[in-house]
Amino acid sequence: MALTGLDIYKKLPKTNCGDCGLPTCLAFGMKLAAGQAELSACPHVSEEAAAELTEASAPPIRLVTIGAGDSALKVGGELVMYRHEKTYYNPCGIGLVIEDAMADGEVDERIAQTKAASFERIGQTLKADVVAVRSASGDGAKFAALVGKVNDALGLPMVLMAENADVMKAGLEACKGANPLMHGVTGDNCDAMTALAKEHSCPVCVSCADGIVAAADITAKVEAAGIKDIVIEPAWDSPANTLKELIQGRRAALREKFRALGFPFIAFPCKQTDDTYVETALAGAYIVKYAGIVILGSLEAAKALPLVVLRQNVYTDPQQPMQVEEGIYPINSPDADSPVLVTTNFSLTYFTVSGEIEASRVPTWLIVMDAEGLSVLTAWAAGKFVPDRIAKFVNRSGIADKVGHRKLVIPGYVAQISGELDEELPDWEITVGVREAGDIPPYLKQMTA
Amino acid sequence: MVYSPAAEKYNGEIGEVVLGTDGVKVGGQKVLPFQGFEGEAGNHPIIAIEVLDVEPEGWPEALVEAIGQDVLGDPVAWAKKAQDEWGADAVCLSLVGTDPNAADRSPDEAAETAKAVSDAISMPLIVYGSGNVEKDAEVFQRVGEVLQGANAVIGPVKEDNYKTIAAAAMGFGHVVAGETPIDVNMAKQLNILMTNLGLPADKILVDPSTGALGYGLDYTFSVMERDRLSALLQGDKVLQMPIINNMAKEAWKSKEAKVSAEEEPAWGDAAERGILWEVLTGVALLMGGADVLIIRHPKAADVLHTTIGLLAG
Repeated sequence: MALTGLDIYKKLPKTNCGDCGLPTCLAFGMKLAAGQAELSACPHVSEEAAAELTEASAPPIRLVTIGAGDSALKVGGELVMYRHEKTYYNPCGIGLVIEDAMADGEVDERIAQTKAASFERIGQTLKADVVAVRSASGDGAKFAALVGKVNDALGLPMVLMAENADVMKAGLEACKGANPLMHGVTGDNCDAMTALAKEHSCPVCVSCADGIVAAADITAKVEAAGIKDIVIEPAWDSPANTLKELIQGRRAALREKFRALGFPFIAFPCKQTDDTYVETALAGAYIVKYAGIVILGSLEAAKALPLVVLRQNVYTDPQQPMQVEEGIYPINSPDADSPVLVTTNFSLTYFTVSGEIEASRVPTWLIVMDAEGLSVLTAWAAGKFVPDRIAKFVNRSGIADKVGHRKLVIPGYVAQISGELDEELPDWEITVGVREAGDIPPYLKQMTA
Repeated sequence: MVYSPAAEKYNGEIGEVVLGTDGVKVGGQKVLPFQGFEGEAGNHPIIAIEVLDVEPEGWPEALVEAIGQDVLGDPVAWAKKAQDEWGADAVCLSLVGTDPNAADRSPDEAAETAKAVSDAISMPLIVYGSGNVEKDAEVFQRVGEVLQGANAVIGPVKEDNYKTIAAAAMGFGHVVAGETPIDVNMAKQLNILMTNLGLPADKILVDPSTGALGYGLDYTFSVMERDRLSALLQGDKVLQMPIINNMAKEAWKSKEAKVSAEEEPAWGDAAERGILWEVLTGVALLMGGADVLIIRHPKAADVLHTTIGLLAG
């Protein structure tokens, strides 16, 4: 049962020494209760109290690291059911599965797909960041060869899939130090797999055809054996059941602090359909609703791009607007005579405005000012998109070197600043543009007609 | 430790709204989206195919090919194809041609098109205006009148024109789609205004404004989740209406859905990418609580239907 901050406080030294980094023991207790601090930050807590508090102070969903080095994937560690309550923290892993029964050409194709599934968007690299390697043949040597090949070629965190402990052992030995997720701990192979996981100190994935009720029993066993890093596969017999268990699992962990389900989940839409479109749609549903890792059958670029962008949308902090970089954005190959439009660097503002300019096919210079990621009206109200700042930006942007004219179009929503901006930018003629981005194409066409 | 799943504590339900004259219903959920495992999941979300009143320009080649160049300038043939060949649940006629900044078609012309489409299909008809508040008010007085008896959905109704359009809906027996800019309180406010005018709650759909995948989808999704939590958990009656997402124009405006593989070779096959951009926009909206999705691509309709079936179980 979850303890409140006050319950925890009663077991702390109550000296307010500040060694934990927080001013008071009560504040520390509150942080522990919210899963935002580790008990180990307090050097003075008694052993007895520490034992009692370990349960309550552990984060409700464990943060599990898969893989090693720079490419390591951290999943779990989530604190809310709905992203608007705070944010989701650790973007889910997305990857494809490669099997040892596949022909060499097919293996190479999937490795190439994974490498190619990498895209730049709003200053972030969005990519396939995990790969599953599955033993379909049941042959340890074959599995080991494939694991070694995939590891060498990609260096990405791997999910090793084999239910037979000997096959798994061969795979693990082919990628020492790679810290793969061992998939396939069931009621039957639990002891052997747990021993392997301890020997190689790897995270394990508990996977029961009967779903999370049965999985909870096994995670408890695995944990008792000393393995802390666990991932759970929910029921896979139907997408409806997978979604149900993803939701119920998250709820059990966060609301009821049910420890045996307090782990990230992995979903395999590749097991549920042969239709690549439907598979992508199911993966999308699992990305939105609580999967920590999603594994698909293939990841052609046309499939990978929408999936990684969906992940970016879901895991964006709702309180931190996405920003684009300040600067000059040439659209439709503008020249020295093309119009200059100014707007703010809120990503949505930028995308909407640039999209409409593109659609207009009118060559245009869009200059985007750093307004701390706020939209035009909000930035104006917050004093970030105001005449003196805009003037400084126009001067530092270098746009004057790109165009022969000195005409600047400002968004219609800040029409009231045009007079003052005129004074701040004496060389420039200020024009008030349209209020809605949708009206930009006719406006630009008329302007340049 | 034996795990027994705890159900969410519900204190409200989404009302049912009848669309058209053939018994199609949306809403009726007593649980959060796709959580039929803990209560009455209500009606499945439906897929409406968008047809335009004027021939579209600048649509990606693969989309035009999938729809058929022959029907693009003919909303009646287009709508019949959506009904008979693509398995759509409804048709959305978008009167983009009435936009004063575009073809500026007259209310009478719009009404004629709407009537012809309505007469050609047996499934529910949704009619969306250009979004220009003054023009839409004029257009829907005529369109509402000629569609009397069709129990169509008309929209977008906004705070600046709700009096005229909601009155037309009441007078001629239609459902309205009330649009507010991605904001829970503004959605509530518009619903209150419209019900105060005398429009019954079961004649209202909520249009939360839709951002496409990569273009504000996160905002729309979270506002929809908050709408649904308010309606179902807090029992907020003024939000207990089904949600309609007018998503097609947004999804297909996205660069990622539009550009050719020659322009962006690293983005893969353009036809597949466009379909998936629309599908994943739709999937996220479904998870957020969409009851009606307005989409364009026949293949996306097919994939979304299959996906709804699989996830609803």
